[in-house]
Amino acid sequence: MASILAVDDSASMRQMVSFALKNAGHDVVEAVDGVDGLKAAQANKVSLVITDVNMPNMDGIALIRELRNLPDYKFTPILMLTTESAPHKKQEGKDAGATGWIVKPFDPDQLLATINKVLG
Amino acid sequence: MAIDITQFHETFFEESFEGLDIMESGLLNLDIGAADNDTVNSIFRAAHSIKGGSATFGFTEVAEFTHGMETLLDEMRDGSRDVTQTSVDTLLQSVDCLREMLAASRDKTPIDVERAAVLKGELEAILATGASGTAPEATQQAVATPTSEASASHEGWMIKFKPHHDMLRTGNDPVRMFRELGELGELSVVVDISQLPVIDDLDPEESYLSWDLTLISNIEIDKVKEIFEWVEDECDFDISEIKGEAPEVDQAAEENIAPAATEKAPAASAPAKPVAAKPAAGAKASANTDSASIRVSIDKVDALINMVGELVITQSMIGQLDCDFDDFDNSRMEKLRDGLTLLERNTRELQESVMRIRMLPISFAFNRFPRMVHDLCQKLDKKIELKTTGENTELDKTVMEKIGDPLVHLVRNSIDHGIEMPEDRLAANKPETGTIELNAFHKGGNIIIEIKDDGAGFNKDRIKAKAIERELIGSDENLSDDKIYDLIFQPGFSTAEQLSDISGRGVGMDVVKRNIRELGGSIDVTSEEGNGTTFTIRLPLTLAILDGQLVCVGDEIYITPLVSIVESLQIKEEFVNNIAGQTELYKVREDYIPIVRMHDMFGIDVERKSLEGGLLVVVEGDGKKAGLLVDELLGQQQVVIKSLETNYKRVDGVSGATILGDGTVALILDVDGLIDLSRNPPTPSNKPENLAREVA
Repeated sequence: MASILAVDDSASMRQMVSFALKNAGHDVVEAVDGVDGLKAAQANKVSLVITDVNMPNMDGIALIRELRNLPDYKFTPILMLTTESAPHKKQEGKDAGATGWIVKPFDPDQLLATINKVLG
Repeated sequence: MAIDITQFHETFFEESFEGLDIMESGLLNLDIGAADNDTVNSIFRAAHSIKGGSATFGFTEVAEFTHGMETLLDEMRDGSRDVTQTSVDTLLQSVDCLREMLAASRDKTPIDVERAAVLKGELEAILATGASGTAPEATQQAVATPTSEASASHEGWMIKFKPHHDMLRTGNDPVRMFRELGELGELSVVVDISQLPVIDDLDPEESYLSWDLTLISNIEIDKVKEIFEWVEDECDFDISEIKGEAPEVDQAAEENIAPAATEKAPAASAPAKPVAAKPAAGAKASANTDSASIRVSIDKVDALINMVGELVITQSMIGQLDCDFDDFDNSRMEKLRDGLTLLERNTRELQESVMRIRMLPISFAFNRFPRMVHDLCQKLDKKIELKTTGENTELDKTVMEKIGDPLVHLVRNSIDHGIEMPEDRLAANKPETGTIELNAFHKGGNIIIEIKDDGAGFNKDRIKAKAIERELIGSDENLSDDKIYDLIFQPGFSTAEQLSDISGRGVGMDVVKRNIRELGGSIDVTSEEGNGTTFTIRLPLTLAILDGQLVCVGDEIYITPLVSIVESLQIKEEFVNNIAGQTELYKVREDYIPIVRMHDMFGIDVERKSLEGGLLVVVEGDGKKAGLLVDELLGQQQVVIKSLETNYKRVDGVSGATILGDGTVALILDVDGLIDLSRNPPTPSNKPENLAREVA
C-alpha cells in the first residue's frame, strides 16, 4: 500500500490517524510539527502527506509551501486537517499548494474514505 | 472495520492536561495591553488542539466550551482584540473549568454543566463587546439548499470541467475525480484536446485538457460539487441539469414540503437546564486518576538500550573464557577479573539509567505555583513576584507526587504570613512587590528545594510566647534561634493570630515535616526578622535504593542508612553513665546520647554483653541522636529497598528489607523509629525481636 506522512502536534490525533492508516495497510511516518515533517518528507519519499494546520515551529501552511518547492513533492497529494471554524485556512492552504482538506472532527472511516480518493 | 477510538482517549487526556498547563502559565505571563504574540499563539494552539481532539473523540460539551475560548484567543492572536485583565481572568477560570470537565469526562462522572454555562456566558459577553475587527458567527447561517425541486424530471448532470494550467500542482488529479464521479452513476467522458500544444511546447506539469462529462444519476448536485470542492478555484466548472420528460410528480413534492413549513419549533434560547447532577459514582471516580503511566524522553530509553548493549558485550566477553577450570591460567584469570570489573560498571550504569526513567523535572511540582501566587495576591491585595530556578532538576516520580502538598503549604504560608501588605513593605523601606523564590538543586546525594521569601521573617518572641502558652516549652527555657524556629514544626503550633482560609487549615507545619520525613528527607528553616524566611527541604534522589552501612549483631546483618550515621566509635567504659539504673548514656564530647543495645532490641544472642570494647554507631534522626551498639562494622553498599509492609507487616524500628549478595535477607533500620523505641518501650505485637525470630 502507500506510504503516508502524518504531521500533527497533538499526540492523540497522530495516534489515531496513524493507527487508522496502519490498520488499512499503509506505512506511516509520523512527525510532530512542520520542521519535523519537512525532515521526515525528505528522508522518506512518501506518496501522501496529511498535515495539521496549527502547529508550533512551522505550521501546516508553511510546510505545504516548503514541500511544493521540493522536486519530489511537486505533485504529491497533500491533505490538511482543518476545523470547520476556519474557512480562510482552507484558502490559505490551497494557495500554498494543498490538494484538499479533511475537516475536523472526523472519524477513522471518513479519513480512510478521503485518502482513498486521492490515492486512487 | 470500525476502529475503536476510545483507545486514544488516554493520550488525548494526557496531552489536554498538558495543554491546559501551557494555557495557564501562558495566561499568567501575558502582559496586559502588550501581549507577546508567541505566548498568545501558544495559548491559542493549546485551546485549538483541545477543541479538535475533544470533538474528534466525542466529548462534545468540552469541544463546545473550548470553542468560545478559542474564538476569544483567536481574536487576541490576530490583533483584533486587546488583551484585558477581564478576558485573561475569564480565560483562567475557563481553564479551571475545562480541566474539571476533562477530568469528569475521563472519570466518566457528570460534568458541571452549570458552571460551564456561566463561564460560556461570560466568554460570549466578552466576545459580544465588539472586537475592533470581525464579528463572530457571521458565517454561520448556511443558505438552505433547496432540495432539487423535481426529482422525477431529473435524469442527470452535465458537467463542463476545464482545469486551469496549474491545477496539477496542488496534487489534484482529474482522473481521480472522474473515477469518483463514475461511482455515483453512469458516466460518459468527452475530452477536448484542442488546447494541447505540439509535443515540443508541451510542459508536462501543466494541464491543457478540458472535459465534458455526462453523469446519468439522480444523485444530488451537492454530491457532485463535493467531488470538485478541492479544485473550485483552480478550474472553470459548470454544472447543469439534464431533464427528461416532465411527469406529474409536482403535487407529491408540494405535499411533502407543506407540513414542514407550517410550524417550526422556536430555537431554544436559554441554556438548557442542567439535568440534576446524578450523585457521582464516588467509588470509581478517581479509579484511574493515579494512572500508572509515565512519560519518558527518548534519550533516556536510548541510554537504557545502550547500556543493555554494553552488558551483552561484557557477557559475551566473559563467556569466551572457556570454563575449563583445569587449565585456568593467570592470563585468563586477569581477563575474568577485567570482565567482572566491566560487569560491575555496566550494572551500576544500567541501574542509574533505569532510575532516571522514574525521574521527572521538578517543574511538574513548581508549575502550579504561578497560578496560586496570582490568585492569592488578588485575594489578599498583596504584590508578589515568584521566581523559580532549577526547574529541570529531576526528582523521583513518587517523591514528586508526595512533595506537592508540603510545597503548597509552605508557599501559601509565605504568601499569607511571610510577605507583608504593600503599604507595610513601603513603610519598612522595602520594595512594594515582595519576592518568593523557589529553588531546586542537587547537593551531595540529595535534592534541595528552597522556599525563600523576603517578607517579615519570624518574630522569635512571639514564637516563644506561643510555645510557652501551648506548653510546648517551659517559660524559663533558654533556646537557641534554631531551636526556636524548630518550634513551628511542633504539632498544634500556629503563630497566626487568626486562622485564615489560606494557610491555616488545621494541617500545620508538623504535617509538612512528617510528610517530608516519610520521604526520607528533612526540612530546616532560617529566618531573619524583617528580612524574610527560608525553608530548606532536603530529599533523597530516589526511594528505591539506599546507601547503607552493613553492621553485624550476633549472626545477623542489619543495614543502617549511611545518611543518618554521624560517626562510629569504640566504647570506653568511663564515658558510660547510667540513669536511674536503666537508661545508659554515652558521652560523646559534650553530648550525652542514649545507647541502644541492638541485640536486646532484636532479641539476638550475642557472646559479648559488656559494653567495653563494643562498637557504637552514632546515628541521628529527627534532630535526636542515639548510639547503636553493634558487634562489627561490615562494608558499605547500595541496597535495593524491598517493602516489609507489603510482603510481611509493618515493624517498628525497621523500614524495609533487602537481599544481600549471598541471597540472605537483611533488615534496613529505621533510625528515627529506633530512637523513638529507645525512649518508649515497644508494644508486644510489634516488638522487633518477634520479627527477627520469624524471619530467621
